[in-house]
Amino acid sequence: MDLKDIIKPENLVYKRTKVLTDNVMHYCPGCSHGTVHKLIAEVIEEMDIQDKTIGISPVGCAVFAYNYMHIDWQQAAHGRAPALATATKRLYPDKYIFTYQGDGDLASIGTAEIMHACNRGENIVVIFINNAIYGMTGGQMAPTTLLGMVTSTTPYGRQADINGYPLKITELIAQLEGTCYVTRQSVQNAAAARKTKKAIRKAFENSKQMKGTSFVEVVSSCSSGWKLTPTQANEWMEENMFPFYPLGDLKDI
Amino acid sequence: MALKGAIVVDTEKCKGCSVCVVNCPTKTIALTKEVNSKGYNYAYMAEPQTCTGCTNCATVCPDTCITVYRVKI
Ligand SMILES: Cc1ncc(C[n+]2csc(CCOP(=O)(O)OP(=O)(O)O)c2C)c(N)n1
Ligand code: SF4
Ligand code: SF4
Ligand code: SF4
Ligand SMILES: [Mg+2]
Repeated sequence: MDLKDIIKPENLVYKRTKVLTDNVMHYCPGCSHGTVHKLIAEVIEEMDIQDKTIGISPVGCAVFAYNYMHIDWQQAAHGRAPALATATKRLYPDKYIFTYQGDGDLASIGTAEIMHACNRGENIVVIFINNAIYGMTGGQMAPTTLLGMVTSTTPYGRQADINGYPLKITELIAQLEGTCYVTRQSVQNAAAARKTKKAIRKAFENSKQMKGTSFVEVVSSCSSGWKLTPTQANEWMEENMFPFYPLGDLKDI
Repeated sequence: MALKGAIVVDTEKCKGCSVCVVNCPTKTIALTKEVNSKGYNYAYMAEPQTCTGCTNCATVCPDTCITVYRVKI
């Protein structure tokens, strides 16, 4: 069969969602941020809520997330996205509000904001990109950096006696009464990405039903920070991140 | 009944990360020797006859630069 007989509009099975802009993403090749952006955009398209969704972008590599989706956006000070999301949701209860935050943003400088927003049960969606590193600023240690993991500020590997232990903040969030759905997913292969999309969809549905805070962690790769190729980074993630940050639902009520 | 597929890559948006290459169950995709205007080797159908149109490559592409077509034969 000739390619020209296959490549026809009536045979189309996957195309780029119109919720994504045409801008080329500034992310490094293979970066999980791009994949997660796409999944959020597809959920927004499928739920037909493009004009009702407001994203809050973080400080970190995803600071420019607002360039990549045709929705309303705000950009928060470092770690403060949950506070901005709280205000926005309370002022516009009919809108869908999500924060999009890295591990440095959410689990370090923004720990107070995320804990209290989740404990108050704000009806928002939190997308948490855990790549165990400060990607944007040059690969420094994050609270989520694994023990023994080499970063630019732990050149001999993270040591518990000097640097403390990696923080499983998602496990802490799951204990808070304000959260209705807490899950940990990934996007390194098609099956994982499809599961993550389902999780994001559920999180947005929960916020429509005013069930409380939905929290979706995506264990992610940062090939630049980890000094690996994109495919090596995904393999390293499966071998090293998943045992410490196991995938699956922590809470679903 | 068999499935025949084909992909179209936005070669200017492709960053040559290879995530689609390792995720293609039929080993259809490879990276070109040539580079695009950004200097990246980009994805293409090296074995066009093997594509089933499963959409795995498009689903995992961080830059969403793959469109997929499929027919039943
Ligand atoms: C108040 C403040 N402190 C520090 C910084 C420097 N800074 C920029 S991004 C960043 C951490 C980003 O890491 P993460 O949130 O994990 O995002 P990633 O880039 O890994 O996606 C830091 C510390 C800043 N911009 N503002
Ligand atoms: S530095 Fe890391 S997180 Fe940032 S764009 Fe590059 S790969 Fe992604
Ligand atoms: S996954 Fe996307 S960006 Fe990466 S090589 Fe394939 S087509 Fe190019
Ligand atoms: S659609 Fe499936 S079979 Fe075809 S190139 Fe993509 S991953 Fe491979
Ligand atoms: Mg990070």
